[in-house]
Amino acid sequence: MNALRGECPMALQTNESGDPAIAVDGLTKAYGLQLALDTLTLSVRPGEMLALLGHNGAGKSTLMKLLLGLTRPTEGRISVLGAPPSPAGRTAVGFLPENVVFSGGMTGKEVLTYLARLKKVDIGTTLPLLERVGLADAAGRPVRTYSKGMRQRLGLAQALLGHPRLLMLDEPTTGLDPISRKTFYELLGELTGRGVTVLISSHVLTELEARADRIAILAQGRLLAHDTMDGLRRTAGLPVRIIAHGVEGAGRGRRVLDVAPEAKMETLRALMDGPLTDIEIQPPTLETIYAHLGAPTGQEDRS
Amino acid sequence: MTAILAIAGKEIREATRNRWVLSATLLLALLALALAFLGSAPTGDVAAGRLTVTVVSLASLGIYLLPLIALLLSFDTVVGEAEQGTLLLLLAYPVGRSAVMAGKFLGHASVLAFATVVGFGLAAAVLAAISPPAPEEWLAFALLVAASVGLGWAFIAIGHLISVLVPERASAAGLAGGVWLVLVVLYDMGLMGALVATGGQGWIGDALPALLMLNPADAYRLLNLTVMDQAARMAGLQDVAASVPPAMAAAALALWVAVPLALASVIFSRREL
Ligand SMILES: Nc1ncnc2c1ncn2[C@@H]1O[C@H](COP(=O)(O)OP(=O)(O)OP(=O)(O)O)[C@@H](O)[C@H]1O
Ligand SMILES: [Mg+2]
Repeated sequence: MNALRGECPMALQTNESGDPAIAVDGLTKAYGLQLALDTLTLSVRPGEMLALLGHNGAGKSTLMKLLLGLTRPTEGRISVLGAPPSPAGRTAVGFLPENVVFSGGMTGKEVLTYLARLKKVDIGTTLPLLERVGLADAAGRPVRTYSKGMRQRLGLAQALLGHPRLLMLDEPTTGLDPISRKTFYELLGELTGRGVTVLISSHVLTELEARADRIAILAQGRLLAHDTMDGLRRTAGLPVRIIAHGVEGAGRGRRVLDVAPEAKMETLRALMDGPLTDIEIQPPTLETIYAHLGAPTGQEDRS
Repeated sequence: MTAILAIAGKEIREATRNRWVLSATLLLALLALALAFLGSAPTGDVAAGRLTVTVVSLASLGIYLLPLIALLLSFDTVVGEAEQGTLLLLLAYPVGRSAVMAGKFLGHASVLAFATVVGFGLAAAVLAAISPPAPEEWLAFALLVAASVGLGWAFIAIGHLISVLVPERASAAGLAGGVWLVLVVLYDMGLMGALVATGGQGWIGDALPALLMLNPADAYRLLNLTVMDQAARMAGLQDVAASVPPAMAAAALALWVAVPLALASVIFSRREL
């Protein structure tokens, strides 16, 4: 049953460059009769940002807990940074749980200092981190007095302690205001640029489609899709919307065309011959692709 | 080790911040002082010093209060964090679960030792200022403080075991209350009833020392009686006390710290989040 300590194939054990930062193979997690994850096979390359999507109860948080070794798989193999999950392995991992909570009586600085000690990280790095997430002014206040977004930022700061090589962020942008979201994603971009692997789950599809290298969609514990945004568009084969302005000449008239991806260029060329003033091309969004792939909602009967 | 100390430090800071340390220390000091001044005590023909009288009364009343304080400090340490949501983050750090338990025990044990030593110490200092006790009295007092700290630690270990056994904080509170009632009150009543019924004859009478050591509160009582013959005489239990070497009673109390703690650690390590 417990494959955590089971032997791993060589491909999962070695950690040369090019080997996956995360590899799970046939991973199944059952809670009683309920399958939270169902024979999931997935790998994430170093420096890649993988967006983990799926309805409520799809198994996103469960996957992260398994990768951290907080719960044991019912079946299957897990390799994180080249080794099965273990306390020591978590040194190189930063984790932001969904709905992060801290002991309310401690100040932001105390929380971060305490967690830095747990991770054997230089205490001197905590203040720059607090500045980085915009909490320098509130660092001396009890966490109890923080707003939701401030707690979330403190959560992000602790995930960054000790320069992790792998970041697992479970719905990290909930509670963040639009500007903070933007700086948050800029920060993530900077980190992936430095080779940090990021596993991020979210329900806000619009903010992920342009930023994630790959997208994995879970439904009822199974992997529904795992591809780049372009790849998802190709397999979905959804029409591209073309909006042409000024088709009737003299800047008047507007035409909306939904064309198959293969026919896009041809249609565009034909339109360009006319007296256009403007043209808009809208490829299918992640949201339409997600709906098209038939990802069910959490409310649906799961029998 | 750094992680264990960090966790212990956090528990100590939290107990200080919510005034737990202060109130426990004051409570123990007040109890000791009250006993010292109210207790000219039915000492009968035994000419005991005031500190000794206090020590004897403390030994018999501390048996109720110390376990209560220790359980209150410890019963929800894991289940409370799980319910609050801080446990998930803590366990996502590179710290083993047994290190988490060790850190929590170290923290709570220090807090309780501080409250006991300072609380009882304050009362002794006041007594000493009024009339200096004899050296043997000081020795008895030191032994009482040490035994009391041991009793507190045993109940902290039991509290930690409770905190990993149940899924909800409320049920942990109920279980802790039940454990206190059984170990501190009912066990003795049952034993006493059985002794009276059998007239102290038969196997119950013979097994009495062993039966006493099966309960941390009685191991504490026995430990106090074996080292303070004067106290034993006052309690009328010198027969039992004489049949048990002090080291054995101390070892029983130590086991009452180690075994629940080890169990808590094993159970916690197996638990899934
Ligand atoms: N400790 C647990 N005990 C029993 N069932 C659980 C437990 N944790 C998760 N589950 C079940 O496993 C499934 C997956 O849960 P999970 O938390 O991974 O979903 P999720 O994808 O993170 O959902 P959300 O978007 O709502 O956060 C759910 O059906 C949930 O009820
Ligand atoms: Mg979740």
